[in-house]
Amino acid sequence: MNDMRAVERDVDTNDLKITARGVDVFYGDTHAIKDVDVDIVDNTVTAFIGPSGCGKSTFLRCLNRMNDTIDVARVEGSIMLDGEDIYDPKVDPVQLRAKVGMVFQKPNPFPKSIYDNVAYGPRIHGLAKDKAALDEIVEKSLRRAALWDEAKDRLDQPGTGLSGGQQQRLCIARAVATNPEVLLMDEPCSALDPIATAQIEELIDELRSRYSVVIVTHSMQQAARVSQKTAFFHLGELVEFGETGHIFTNPSDPRTESYITGRIG
Amino acid sequence: MPLLWILVIVLCLGVAGYVLGRQRAMASAGGDRRILHSLPSYYGANVSIFTIVPALLVLTIWLFVQPVVIERQVTSMITDTAIEDAGSRGLVMTDVRRVAEGLEVAIEQGALTSEEAQNIRTEFTNVRSRLGEVGVALGGEVTPEVLDAAQRYRELNRIGNQMMTIVVLILAALGLGYAYARTHQEFRARNTVEYAILTILVLASTIAILTTVGIVLSMLFETFNFFQLYPAQDFFFGTEWAPTFESDASELGLLPLLWGTMYVSVIALLVAVPIGLFAAIYMAEYASARVRSFAKPLIEILAGIPTIVYGLFALITVGPLLRDYFAEPLGLGTSSSSVMTAGIVMGIMLIPFVSSLSDDIINAVPQSLRDGSFGLGATHSETVKQVILPAALPGIVGAILLAASRAIGETMIVVLGAGAAARLDLNPFEAMTTVTVKIVGQLTGDTDFSSPEALVAFALGLTLFVITLGLNVMALYIVRRYREQYE
Ligand SMILES: Nc1ncnc2c1ncn2[C@@H]1O[C@H](COP(=O)(O)OP(=O)(O)OP(=O)(O)O)[C@@H](O)[C@H]1O
Ligand SMILES: [Mg+2]
Repeated sequence: MNDMRAVERDVDTNDLKITARGVDVFYGDTHAIKDVDVDIVDNTVTAFIGPSGCGKSTFLRCLNRMNDTIDVARVEGSIMLDGEDIYDPKVDPVQLRAKVGMVFQKPNPFPKSIYDNVAYGPRIHGLAKDKAALDEIVEKSLRRAALWDEAKDRLDQPGTGLSGGQQQRLCIARAVATNPEVLLMDEPCSALDPIATAQIEELIDELRSRYSVVIVTHSMQQAARVSQKTAFFHLGELVEFGETGHIFTNPSDPRTESYITGRIG
Repeated sequence: MPLLWILVIVLCLGVAGYVLGRQRAMASAGGDRRILHSLPSYYGANVSIFTIVPALLVLTIWLFVQPVVIERQVTSMITDTAIEDAGSRGLVMTDVRRVAEGLEVAIEQGALTSEEAQNIRTEFTNVRSRLGEVGVALGGEVTPEVLDAAQRYRELNRIGNQMMTIVVLILAALGLGYAYARTHQEFRARNTVEYAILTILVLASTIAILTTVGIVLSMLFETFNFFQLYPAQDFFFGTEWAPTFESDASELGLLPLLWGTMYVSVIALLVAVPIGLFAAIYMAEYASARVRSFAKPLIEILAGIPTIVYGLFALITVGPLLRDYFAEPLGLGTSSSSVMTAGIVMGIMLIPFVSSLSDDIINAVPQSLRDGSFGLGATHSETVKQVILPAALPGIVGAILLAASRAIGETMIVVLGAGAAARLDLNPFEAMTTVTVKIVGQLTGDTDFSSPEALVAFALGLTLFVITLGLNVMALYIVRRYREQYE
């Protein structure tokens, strides 16, 4: 953990992109998220860490209202995006999700060609004015997701025919192509080799200049490498939230320390 | 020995074999089941299988073969004059069988002892009235020749049954002994049982396939007979359907019927596919659990209504309605039976087929695909159109083709809704008819199976079969091509 201290952690701005206050999530009777407050700062990477089943994905899904699609899920508390409550009845969840993109924990390419997978979002939102512009978006997104070299000769083949790790990168490319303001990534590197992981981490760092990124990860090293802020969840509670350097070098809660040194999890 | 007893004994031997086999296996392993190659129950099952299966197999074959052999033996006893008297060999043989059965019944009821039955003579006894007393009615007086044949028939049957009993029981015992002797701790009982199960499964599919082949062959055979009597090109390309009773004048052209079938089916599908599919999408994607829980059964009730009831609905409600509000004002005819009537009502009948199958298929599309689409900011209908329907397409195509097969095969709705007049016409408000209706029409009433008017039914049936087969092949092709693209 010594190298952590050496990593420079600069938070470019301090504009709050998302503020969550007193968020509770219930799945039927299960209380999955308990009174969580989190601030997502613009142009930063925020990492969510914590043992399996602690509610990281659940909280992430609250940020773009993906929990709406689960019948039994109920969200309470307030989540503001740019000062606007996203659970306000006025807000259109479809619009919201275009702004807050998501890469899911399990790769879920559509049963369409690789090209159509990436072009899906831009087409729906009319981001490309012609075929050439769309081609360009697709190529750029695939390049950023480090998939271009492998996929450029088989763009018309089904995305479901790719390997697990390639599918994961395809889903990242798909999310990036839509140009969201916030990108939520649920374990985006879980099936990737070290080289692809490094490329995705590079992408995340690059995205930070324009968006804010929230990443769920089980790798402490990854959290330390890519994020400026870290939130540690445990059994549905937010145990500790702060500067990544601080959390990894000088955690204030004993549970955080146990987790990052490998004693709970 | 009665058949039931043989079965019971064989099954008992099987059970005994199970117990013995198990015991022997355990004994051979010195009571330690871990030494055994397979679990003890497999050794038991193995002995059981060897006891029961060959014995029952032989029993089944015997039951089929014995009557044929006996029939042939007895037939040879009957002289040509007797055959001429009765009209045909078959009729004489029927008499022989009835007399033989009658004698058995008489013995059973105590009206005759077995010796009396053995020695009964037409010269001294009125066999017909004696058998009449025990409730076996005969068509005419029993001739000595028939009586002799009947006695021979009984005798052969008795011997046959005895031999069958002996053979089957010996086989069961042998099987038991063989398998028991082979039972040993190293014997791979699990593999034999596995093999036996495989055989049963293969047998089941073979039966399914053979039945299909049998049906097709019988149709082919009769169709062939038809084409001996009626030229094939007149059947396939004839535009006139006018069977008469003077065979030479009959016009048996397929085209008007095929046209009617296609016309009605297309209208039915035009009604059923959009409504069924949209209902399915609503049920699977939008409806809340509460709405779903009562709306889905409600739609499925449609599938439970007998088609004759739909037919009545067509006849009484839809037909007059279409005539009064569409056909007559538009000057398209005054008939209340019409292709439109039958097509619409048939479409209503098909809605639940399309909707309930499509609903299941849409539900089977993984939630993660929906999440992926929503996560990119797609609306619900965009998700349905661009992700869910393409993913569900093979299944939906299958559902539609299934509905098409139903439409082509439907009869009652057409009879009551579209009438029975064969016609080649474009006007949808005109009465027409379909292939199935005419199959029924040609085979009801007095039919002479050597006339082309009756045999044409088989040619029509075969045509329908080929069409539905074609539809299924097409469905498979579409589905497979689609899979290749997206898997
Ligand atoms: N759809 C659901 N219905 C009911 N309970 C759920 C559902 N999804 C998650 N849960 C429950 O909510 C809790 C948090 O789950 P969540 O998926 O957020 O965990 P996680 O932190 O992402 O875990 P992992 O690291 O394994 O992905 C778990 O106890 C889980 O059982
Ligand atoms: Mg998770």
